[in-house]
Amino acid sequence: MSLLSIQDLTVHHGQLRAVDGFSLDLDKGEVLAVIGANGAGKSTLLRALAGLDRPTSGCIRLHDRDITRMPAHRRLSAGVALVPEGRRMFRSLTVEENLLTGAYRKRPGPWTLERVYELFGWMADRRRQNASQLSGGEQQSVAIGRALLSNPDLLLIDELSLGLAPVVVRRIYEVLPGIVGSGTTALIVEQDVSQAMRVADRVHCLLEGRSVLRGRPRDLSAEQVEHAYFGIGIGDVREGQD
Amino acid sequence: MDFLNALIQGLLIGGLYALFATGLSLMFGVMRIVNLAHGDLAVVASFLALALISGTGLPLWIVLLVTVPLFALLGYLTQRVLLQKSLRSGPPATLLVTFGLSIVLQNVLLETFSADTRTLDGGSFATGSFEITDSISIGYLSLTTFVLAALALTGIQLFLSRTGLGRMLRASSDDPETANLVGGDSRHIYGIATAIAFATVALAGLMFAMRSSFDPSIGPSRLIFAFEAVVIGGLGSLWGTLLGGMILGVTQSIGSEIDPALTLLAGHLIFLAVLAFRPQGLIAGRKA
Repeated sequence: MSLLSIQDLTVHHGQLRAVDGFSLDLDKGEVLAVIGANGAGKSTLLRALAGLDRPTSGCIRLHDRDITRMPAHRRLSAGVALVPEGRRMFRSLTVEENLLTGAYRKRPGPWTLERVYELFGWMADRRRQNASQLSGGEQQSVAIGRALLSNPDLLLIDELSLGLAPVVVRRIYEVLPGIVGSGTTALIVEQDVSQAMRVADRVHCLLEGRSVLRGRPRDLSAEQVEHAYFGIGIGDVREGQD
Repeated sequence: MDFLNALIQGLLIGGLYALFATGLSLMFGVMRIVNLAHGDLAVVASFLALALISGTGLPLWIVLLVTVPLFALLGYLTQRVLLQKSLRSGPPATLLVTFGLSIVLQNVLLETFSADTRTLDGGSFATGSFEITDSISIGYLSLTTFVLAALALTGIQLFLSRTGLGRMLRASSDDPETANLVGGDSRHIYGIATAIAFATVALAGLMFAMRSSFDPSIGPSRLIFAFEAVVIGGLGSLWGTLLGGMILGVTQSIGSEIDPALTLLAGHLIFLAVLAFRPQGLIAGRKA
């Protein structure tokens, strides 16, 4: 049984069909990256998974339970946490208070404030600081810690690298194996393809809301990915050796 | 010495203004709702207490203990049933709903209690005072009002800063969608914020009722004090609201020392001066 199963998901963004018949199965402990150009529907997909956008049709199942119509605040208790695009710090709250909002629902699991402070060494010293005073990379780490404190089974990360220096991005991604090792499954959306290929077990490439290429990073050639990313010569969905 | 007395009396009444304004500030801070019925709610609390006292003969402090929690419950329900729906349609809709509520409340009060001016009789407690020096005496009621207001504001501040729900209230005020993402049910959070706002406005309404007379149509002119305290202090800051209330109280009190007719005008002038020269309020930023 897979942890997350998405079947034929369609999400509209106003008139636009942002996600179009998307299907996906994700097993426990996997890291899956969804890549694609701007406006390919990646963020909308994650927002639909987190419950912020209502799907037009299709089905999302978590632990074999239908969560398609579940409101966002209840999905957290079901085990889904989203690290939103742009980090979205609560700017009048301190670092520690930001983290603690993640523990609001008191979902049991391995993640505690102490463990998050272990994961990001600098954070404990600056926990009384206002979150708005942190740098972008630091805010991104706090956003991840906040999501972890809800002890999610499925961690969704939206555009982690957006607006951050590559060296900062790499450092943040270094914590991902530790997170997955604790039993969390990760679905990340990433514009930085090489970064995504490095950290993910599997990748899906989205183009205009449709999945046009999927497979393991080592099975996909750079040319295949490039063509899928920019939509060159795409007819049907291509499969790498899955 | 007269000015010292005016200063002290101003500070004491300022505490009441701050308490009265807190609900307005909180509802705007968390939900971006400008509650135009805020003043009328205080008057409703006054009339409710009046009816309870004349109907049941219960002592004032029990009536107070009944009215405040009742208003909290009423606030929660008002948010869930009435305001929540209008929030989805944007700020003009909520403004219209609270405006409508204000008119409905005034007319229901008029229908039920007639247009007569009333007072809530606090007995010797409301008129008694103790002397500090020859020229300074402090009323029991003024002092009690101030202490209650300070306790209520401290309680709210502790709730906001120390509890998980309070933290969520502030988070929701910063970014409602992300608060939703970390498991905050906005309807419940908004309900709690409105419950606190209603409870404080009821307490303030009862205090006003013991100090001065009231009638069904006095709500809007009371509302101005709340607006002024909030704007002077800085929108969305609880300590700012306290400061704003104090400044408004002191200004009015000193104004009346110069000329009794100046009382209200002095407060309005300070309010205009702050709007003109420091529109973000004296304590800027939304911390609470």
